[in-house]
Amino acid sequence: MSKVQIINGNETAAMGAKLCRVQVIAAYPITPQSKIPETLVKYVESGELAAEFIRVESEHSALTVCISASTVGARVFTATAANGLAYMHEQLHWAAGARLPIVMALANRGLGAPWTIFNDMQDSISQRDTGWMQVYCRDNQEIMDSIIMAYKICEQLHVPMMVCFDGFVLSHTVMPVEIPDQKQVDAFLPSYVPHLQVDGPEPININPVMLADPRANAQGVSCPSYMGFRMRLQETLESAGDVILNVGREFGEVFGRSYECLLWKYRTEGADTILLTMGSLANEASLAVDALREKGWKAGVVALRVFRPFPAATLRQALSKAKHVVIFDKNISYGNEGATCTETKAALFEGGLRPTITNYIVGLGGKNVAAADLEAATIKSVEQKGQVSTPQWIGVAV
Amino acid sequence: MTTKVMQLPEEEYMLPGTRACSGCGLSLAYRHILKALGEKTILTIPASCLTVLHGLYPSTSVRLTNINTAFATTAASATGIAAGLKALGKTDYTVVGIAGDGGTFDIGIQALSAAAERNTDFLYICYDNEGYMNTGTQRSSATPMGAFTTTTPGTKIEHKKDILAIMEAHGIPYMASASPAYPLDLYDKVAKAKNIQGTRFMHINIPCPPGWGFPTDDLVKLGKLAVDTGMWVLLEIENGVLRLTGRSRSMARSGKKKPVSQYLKLQGRFKQITPEQIDYLQDWIDKRWQRFLQRHELAETA
Repeated sequence: MSKVQIINGNETAAMGAKLCRVQVIAAYPITPQSKIPETLVKYVESGELAAEFIRVESEHSALTVCISASTVGARVFTATAANGLAYMHEQLHWAAGARLPIVMALANRGLGAPWTIFNDMQDSISQRDTGWMQVYCRDNQEIMDSIIMAYKICEQLHVPMMVCFDGFVLSHTVMPVEIPDQKQVDAFLPSYVPHLQVDGPEPININPVMLADPRANAQGVSCPSYMGFRMRLQETLESAGDVILNVGREFGEVFGRSYECLLWKYRTEGADTILLTMGSLANEASLAVDALREKGWKAGVVALRVFRPFPAATLRQALSKAKHVVIFDKNISYGNEGATCTETKAALFEGGLRPTITNYIVGLGGKNVAAADLEAATIKSVEQKGQVSTPQWIGVAV
Repeated sequence: MTTKVMQLPEEEYMLPGTRACSGCGLSLAYRHILKALGEKTILTIPASCLTVLHGLYPSTSVRLTNINTAFATTAASATGIAAGLKALGKTDYTVVGIAGDGGTFDIGIQALSAAAERNTDFLYICYDNEGYMNTGTQRSSATPMGAFTTTTPGTKIEHKKDILAIMEAHGIPYMASASPAYPLDLYDKVAKAKNIQGTRFMHINIPCPPGWGFPTDDLVKLGKLAVDTGMWVLLEIENGVLRLTGRSRSMARSGKKKPVSQYLKLQGRFKQITPEQIDYLQDWIDKRWQRFLQRHELAETA
């Protein structure tokens, strides 16, 4: 039987990993995610979870331990944030390139310098090109559900996934979370079967040096080149949307909460003005939309639940009736604009859609974003008819 | 324990046709390492000469499973393999990380120190060719004082980092140093290390013809001279007790040690070394040898 507990995002992530019966955990302390490994180690030491918990000396080693343990066939879990994720960068590429179904909980936090321990999404957005899937959670229940779905998705696709949630905003905020029943999770999530057998009859040289052209093996069969392997990863990610939807549907059938869309939408029926964002900011955007609707605006929210693979076609469809798209990014690609803005523009270009688009950079380093700010920004951008091409900043009063 | 040459296992895990350079000390060492490890072994190897030796996809010259890993990660990768196998109840494998001196003394030392501090159950082998030879002979902290490298064109001014002292400070159960010029001593140490629980560390001298500048058929000669001059010392440290082995043990008995100049003059990399530097290096060798000798004699008389 499932039960409801009032817990914070970090405890939720740890509980999700436990329900998935992870076998090897390696993590390193960094605010605001430290409670995740702390919670997991208690499960391991009390015997509630049969897993190896490795107390590594760095995030680089945390992910390496996960990579090698996953290679030999164990289900693995790690968690980090901010500079910890940046320190993992080399191994993020390695994990995806090696096609390992690693799941990571990421409590989004801004990067130094200067230091901040507070929330924004610069950390995970900076890692969008590493081959990892990325989902962004709106509340603690989504953290729980996303982690359980993540293992099922990753182990089908042999691609890793970051389950991202806003540091402090969710990691340290308690809210009611329905904890799925262990037996139901066991039935939903079969054991992990690795794509290589390290203890099989034939020895293997895993992740060897590859050349740019295909080469023949001892039997004369042509084997893929480096670029061939890269293309396969891309093809897998291109097909990943369908797998994510199928798993989301199946999850709904078992647990009663369906994730049958790559986006999260709020009051978009008949809307000509869309507030577009990710993560917990979707909740503030919903309040802004309620206020705008009361004033007679036809406004709605679209949040990118899945950011990698980028749901371009679904997004085009969701924005097909929009005259104004107002995009709130908790990140910036310096010298250009917020990442979701750029990606949304690219998705719309393909469909020939030309709504006005305004990009706001908000909430960096934990700067509070109120629904009223989003509402005012939306009104301003529609008045300007999207004619301001550079991103605008909210909340930088000196 | 002294295995005789006729007693070595006939099984070959390193096949002919590797991509190692001719006269490579690593080829000779690796063949004996793998014979001692045997079939139930999972290797993990970072970017290094050994990656090259293993060959290009889809062929390999080594008949044991190897998980290639990023440069800094050998000991963390071994930790992950050991943890994964333990979680899956597959406990009959020996997990072995093998890295060069750059991957051990420099970029990999953080992960190695952490794995040793946790007393992770694995064997770490550092094959030390005293520089970044795979990338074209750059200096590492294992390069000896007085040697030319492409990043020390005027010779290296610092002594080699004392990796044995660093590893010993971790209190691990077994450490040894060996040389491919004495393959039976090397074989015995790997075979012994294989069956010890916890972190085991082996340091192997790897003469490198292109990096050191000597003819390819002088590999064994160079390896022996390194030991005869005390530049390299064959030893074991078991639970804190140091004992010299093989040729170094005989040298302790006879009291004979050749001057380092005999070793230096055979190598192009020491062409620029000055007489003052040679004296400085000789002094470093003598003091180090004395420390080993004292500890060896203490162990023998205990």
